[in-house]
Amino acid sequence: MPKTIPSDSVGLVAPRHARFDEPLALECGRELPGFELVYETYGTLNADASNAVLICHALSGTHHAAGYHTLEDSKPGWWEAIIGPGKPVDTNRFFVVCSNNLGGCHGSTGPATVNPATGEPWGPDFPMVTVHDWVASQARLADHLGVHRWAAVVGGSLGGMQALQWAIDYPDRLANAVTVAAAPRLSAQNIGFNEVARQAIRGDPDYHEGRYQAMGTVPRRGLMLARMLGHITYLSDEAMHEKFGRDLREGKPDYDFHYGVEFEVESYLRYQGRAFINRFDANTYLLMTKALDYFDPAAAHGGDLARALAGVQARFLVLAFTSDWRFPPARSLEIVRALLDGNKDVSYSEIEADHGHDAFLMPIPQYRDVFAGYMGRIAREIGA
Amino acid sequence: MNALRNDLQLVADWIAPDSRVLDLGCGDGSLLARLAATRGVTGYGLEIDPEKITHCVERGVNVIQRDLDRGLSDFDADSFDYVVMTQTLQSVRRPDRLLEEMLRVGREGIVTFPNFGHWRLRGYLGFFGRMPMSGALSYTWYDTPNIHLCTLHDFEALCTERHIDIIERSTLSHDLRRPRLAGVMPNLLAEIALYRFRRAG
Repeated sequence: MPKTIPSDSVGLVAPRHARFDEPLALECGRELPGFELVYETYGTLNADASNAVLICHALSGTHHAAGYHTLEDSKPGWWEAIIGPGKPVDTNRFFVVCSNNLGGCHGSTGPATVNPATGEPWGPDFPMVTVHDWVASQARLADHLGVHRWAAVVGGSLGGMQALQWAIDYPDRLANAVTVAAAPRLSAQNIGFNEVARQAIRGDPDYHEGRYQAMGTVPRRGLMLARMLGHITYLSDEAMHEKFGRDLREGKPDYDFHYGVEFEVESYLRYQGRAFINRFDANTYLLMTKALDYFDPAAAHGGDLARALAGVQARFLVLAFTSDWRFPPARSLEIVRALLDGNKDVSYSEIEADHGHDAFLMPIPQYRDVFAGYMGRIAREIGA
Repeated sequence: MNALRNDLQLVADWIAPDSRVLDLGCGDGSLLARLAATRGVTGYGLEIDPEKITHCVERGVNVIQRDLDRGLSDFDADSFDYVVMTQTLQSVRRPDRLLEEMLRVGREGIVTFPNFGHWRLRGYLGFFGRMPMSGALSYTWYDTPNIHLCTLHDFEALCTERHIDIIERSTLSHDLRRPRLAGVMPNLLAEIALYRFRRAG
């Protein structure tokens, strides 16, 4: 609990809801009759609505990107390191918007919300949504907020892919895109990890083919395993060594030769897994990993990313972290190269960090400096 | 707008309006920023120093973090009108290969480098028998980024050997003013050399 809210935080914030009654045609061929998005905003929209920045969240992220919901919150929003007064995404200058993706489980329409056709939760019947669909739904949110053109669309990991999709789908609706620790498509290894996570959930006896809500159960075991696996891929070997090494669980002098928790790292992963059960829905997790797997804007252009990006007007800042093995710098450079091929405006920086993929959430000075430098230039140009 | 370093000003004067430029070791982006503002030039800088990269993005210069020793494989052949490299040639691992790379991705190359043939450097080595240190070369021999120092004659010999045509040459004294006797014994009197060149034939 923060005794007092730090002065570089946006402070207390409250989520808002927007309802869209026009049906939304999805990439999978199905249609959502209407939908709701939950979102938060920080800062003030200026008179000509030119200072709006859209934040796109990662796989397990939410609309709560910065600040606190109550003074009792143990943690601020997930990108507190980056968003706030005087921070790289400076809320004194920008109007910052972050929405929970369609299919999410934190207030936007998704598998855990009620299907109007049946009066029951959608569960596994919720249509497969893609990054393209998320962007289409966010475009409606932009209309709702009176934002015709974002000063920037910004995201890390899956959120970075979403920023890339924005630049492709609505080239005239964003001036800048910032992608952090992202990739233009998943590798076989990435999809492999996602599939193991899905199998952990779908193989849980409490999953009931996705109808666990109706059965009054939760596939806890599967969700926990999925999260534990994910966590390993978010950290570098160095970071895990640094954090846990081979330390035995606190207070244990020696091995006990059993299958309970022996090592600190086991304790940590179990803790992270269990904590996840309370804040995430299994069907949403399945859906989000599939959206990641399907993301491949180059596919429609014979695998040529430069052609997929031919219509892009936004200027790009692409950032990657040296120790990120989930989406390593080489993957960000694929985006950079495709933009260079098309003579697009792009800057790229590789941040020295040993935290692995999770580095994008951390207040690393080199990362914050280059990010702040880029956003500062945008703010100056729009007079914010 | 701040004044450009004199060598950069000379380089800028060589670049035609509305052309596309790749600046290798672009530093804080001042050359590209100036070229964009005054001549409608577009392009990219390559830089390895994170702080300088931050300066570039602050002023809206496109910059890609790259180690020049890894070549220019991110860029297609003939994608720039000019590839520029100021005061960096002497610190790359294989200057000869980088010159070839410059002329692969660009129509013309422009380099500037400190002239190791300058009389003061020759004198320092000749009289004191120690590695020279001077304005343009202010490092100790064991801790210097300048691992491939050369003279004007060396550079021109390499160009001949690699079938590179020198289009234009200019020289500066170390305070970056044009030497009074420009053109007279440049290999002895110039502290900084500037060349514009292209592939022969």
